[in-house]
Amino acid sequence: MEEKQNRYTLSIFTENKIGLVNRLTIIFTRRKMNILSLTTSESELKNIYRFTIVIKTTEDQVVKVVKQIEKQIGVLKAFYYEDDQVIFQEIALYKIPTEALFGGEKIEHIIREHYARILTVEKDFVVIEKTGHERETQELFEALQPYGVLGFVRSGRVAIAKPMKKVMAYLKDLEDLAYSVED
Amino acid sequence: MEIKENTTYDQSEMTNLMNEEKNFSTASGEILVQKKDITGGEAVILALMAEGVDTIFGYPGGAIMPIYDELYHYTDKVNHVLVRHEQGAAHSAQGYSRVSNKVGVCFATSGPGATNLITGIADAMIDSTPMVCITGQVAKHLLGTDAFQETDVVGISMPVTKWNFQVTSAEEIPEAIAKAFYIAKSGRPGPVLIDITKNAQIEKFDFEYRKCKKVSSYHPLRKIEQKPIEEAAKMINEAKKPYLLIGHGILISEAQQELLEFINKSGIPTASTLLGLSALPADHPLYVGYLGMHGNYGPNIKTNECDLLIAIGMRFDDRVTGDVSRYAKQAKVIHVEIDPAEIDKIIKTDVALIGDAKEALNGLLPLINKKEYPEWLAEFRACDEEEKNKVIVNDLSGKSEKIKMAEVINQLSEITEGKAITVSDVGQHQMVVSRYYKYMTSDSNVTSGGLGTMGFALPAAIGAKVAKPDREVVAIIGDGGFQMTLQELGTIMQDKIPVKILILNNTFLGMVRQWQQLFFDKRYSFVDIESPDFVKLAKSYSIEGHRVEKREDLEDGLKKMLDSKESFLLEVIVEKETNVFPMIPSGSAVNEVRLD
Repeated sequence: MEEKQNRYTLSIFTENKIGLVNRLTIIFTRRKMNILSLTTSESELKNIYRFTIVIKTTEDQVVKVVKQIEKQIGVLKAFYYEDDQVIFQEIALYKIPTEALFGGEKIEHIIREHYARILTVEKDFVVIEKTGHERETQELFEALQPYGVLGFVRSGRVAIAKPMKKVMAYLKDLEDLAYSVED
Repeated sequence: MEIKENTTYDQSEMTNLMNEEKNFSTASGEILVQKKDITGGEAVILALMAEGVDTIFGYPGGAIMPIYDELYHYTDKVNHVLVRHEQGAAHSAQGYSRVSNKVGVCFATSGPGATNLITGIADAMIDSTPMVCITGQVAKHLLGTDAFQETDVVGISMPVTKWNFQVTSAEEIPEAIAKAFYIAKSGRPGPVLIDITKNAQIEKFDFEYRKCKKVSSYHPLRKIEQKPIEEAAKMINEAKKPYLLIGHGILISEAQQELLEFINKSGIPTASTLLGLSALPADHPLYVGYLGMHGNYGPNIKTNECDLLIAIGMRFDDRVTGDVSRYAKQAKVIHVEIDPAEIDKIIKTDVALIGDAKEALNGLLPLINKKEYPEWLAEFRACDEEEKNKVIVNDLSGKSEKIKMAEVINQLSEITEGKAITVSDVGQHQMVVSRYYKYMTSDSNVTSGGLGTMGFALPAAIGAKVAKPDREVVAIIGDGGFQMTLQELGTIMQDKIPVKILILNNTFLGMVRQWQQLFFDKRYSFVDIESPDFVKLAKSYSIEGHRVEKREDLEDGLKKMLDSKESFLLEVIVEKETNVFPMIPSGSAVNEVRLD
């Protein structure tokens, strides 16, 4: 009997160390788990980086994977969330021919309807930006396709968790439990 | 470099610490060693000496030559064992570590030298063995250029190391090595690899060495909370049929004495995993035997009959559990384990004590009642009787045409009074050693458990003997495994390491043959293996050897081997087709263990 698969967003707080991304992806590769998206940048804490990784798996597996991630030296704390526990966004960029703008008001309508915006207008092409969930950026892509999409790129998910406990508080808890060598 | 001594922080302090880029990941102690204007290579040697390293197993080569050049000046302080293959260096370091509980150290050059270490590193990873491997690497400016003997060993070793790091300047050496030793030894131990580029070995700098005492993103040891200890004690006191499983964690935590007190007070029958063997003397009245696929009958059967399973320092390997969905379903489970990732990984626990085994046992001891379970224990003994009648009597009857492996190990155990260190290889003979050698002293069983690395025993025995020169070390190896690393006879010859080598030769890859017989309709696909004349081979390495073919010569042969002051190779020709029983076939439950 296959257990139910869900989409999980992992938030992983790490030190900024060479090779750490490799150590993290190895954990998924070894279990033949596909990473749906991965983004990383410095977090609200200086020198502490946040990986946001989206995977589809069972709850049983995500719990085990998070423990393996936390075991890695360089990882401070890892959390996992279901979609309703996080506010998340993705950003998409669309490159379309400039001449598409001159075929009446259709493009303008599309951009307005999708709450997108034009970032730049060049002689040959226009770049449109849209943030939203994957479904929304996909809808805009499909709406623009008749006009000739020259390029389309979508970022990985970034996510902020709804629970209010700060990372530092978790780290403090760990510190309280930890022995130092002198003890 | 500014040093932080803080061990606990409030939130703002911690944030401040995190903000100091230079020091944010480690905390260190006092300066132990200082020396101005020395090379990175000398710094490596001084750092190892500061960590108390007395032996290095290694093999030189181009990219590690500057380190070897400095080692040349320190040979009166550090012993270097020149192995014959880097895999041997890694296994020797493992053997050294397993009997001494110290960090094993090995050196290898870049490229093939480094990749040859990988099997040993993987073995150390899965068997939680602390080891620091130092590899040479091409100079920094050549990284990524496919230079001669350049391999991305940091990338290759990443999945099989607890931590690894590439050093590209001499200044990084002290902190990297200090961190390597701290990480390798603390918490759940494991191998660490430090890759040092050649320029970093040559550059000069002012060396200062401090031990690493803390890495902020690493919490190896936790205080065990009182509440789960109390819950566990209550469960133990209320249990009718409690059953204790002990593993390697007892030895790593050096909790043998606490274990003994716990068992004596609680009266709980106790079984051991493969790597837990020797943690409890085999003649202890509550010791019921060895667990797992080829373990004893009672320990497997009773797993599915107890009402409380207490697992200490073990990880429910599939060779122990058989079919997990039918493993100890009737029992409550207490898991004492230092690695949080092991909790609920295989078996769901009712109470987890996350931390050191010794601390857990000390916490439980005052809370548990003095008890005895004579009827429950008698059930184990009844199983022993059954196993004896169906398996052991036959194994030891001496009625087969050729000698059986069990007879050899049984005699070895008797002659050495269970006091030798056995270093077994992998296969049938390994299971026979685990079943028939009666360990009376701790830290005496060295074997490749998790990885099952054939070729492990000979180099690991070298390491064990170097670490414990006063103890009898017997490498017990099959004819197949011996041929995987027999070049280490050269190491034994050159360094005059008095390791005893007992080859059990059945002219088959016995365990695979057993499976082919039982599960592949006797299609013996490539398990018939020929060997050179092992005694002559030993002689060519100036190692005395002897072959025993007849039962009446066995005792003399063993005594001859054990009496020798030097290394000695004893080959015993054993029965060609015997099977190791009991056996839990793959996919079966522990209580489906077969006796024939």
